[in-house]
Amino acid sequence: MPNYQPHLDALTRIRDIRGAMVVATGDGLVVAEKLMAGVESQPLAAMAASLAGRAADLTERSGYGLPRFLQLQCADGTLLVATGGPELVLVALAGRDAPLGLARLELLRLAERLA
Amino acid sequence: MRAVEPWVVGPLQTFVNESSARLALLMTASGQVIAQHGFTGALDLMAAAALGCGIVASSTEIAAQMRWPPFRILVHQGRRAAHFLAAFDTPRGRWIALVVFGRETKLGVVQVFFDRLVGELRAAAPPPPAPRREVLAADFEQELNASLRTLFGR
Repeated sequence: MPNYQPHLDALTRIRDIRGAMVVATGDGLVVAEKLMAGVESQPLAAMAASLAGRAADLTERSGYGLPRFLQLQCADGTLLVATGGPELVLVALAGRDAPLGLARLELLRLAERLA
Repeated sequence: MRAVEPWVVGPLQTFVNESSARLALLMTASGQVIAQHGFTGALDLMAAAALGCGIVASSTEIAAQMRWPPFRILVHQGRRAAHFLAAFDTPRGRWIALVVFGRETKLGVVQVFFDRLVGELRAAAPPPPAPRREVLAADFEQELNASLRTLFGR
């Protein structure tokens, strides 16, 4: 089984990244995670995989193919989702002060490695 | 949505809406149907209840033979649909849920909302009824027919 932990460590070392997960696209279950205490992984993983699936439906219908990256900007932070091939989704939780460009770059780099 | 126990309807309806489950069935550990969503025929429902109970009973026995704690959730993943089968404790005794879902949702989503359903059922359950007198065969048939009428509106 691949060791995802070093990749998750690299992501969560970025300032104000509160957690990162590798999630199975097909069933929305957690494959690997590194989250701050108090963040529940399973609901987040399930919803992120579901969101990625819906987004894929939308972009495929638009004729653009599969989405590579989703950025959900919220009042208190940002949810970053990248697709790592057909079977995995990468999720990062960024706080308000996180450098989103760097987080995005790291997430896409990891997604490419997993694809 | 049909339910023999009306207090189950709210939580089960919420679960079905949020998880996008196609079929949902709540039953006691002995196979008595409590509520259902999506089943259209009495025969299918009764067969699903009996088979679901049988699967839970046999998997519980397998776990016992292996000296493991009982399985909490069993999932049969198919190409078009998946079956999610779980036994859980309520103030009304041990219940079993059988959920059928398709590609429009995910196992993780079903699991998350199922955990919520169990919490809501535990919170909403009225106290168990007083012990009943001896059950006769005629009463059993009458009760079964009444349950089927409630569950299918006939």
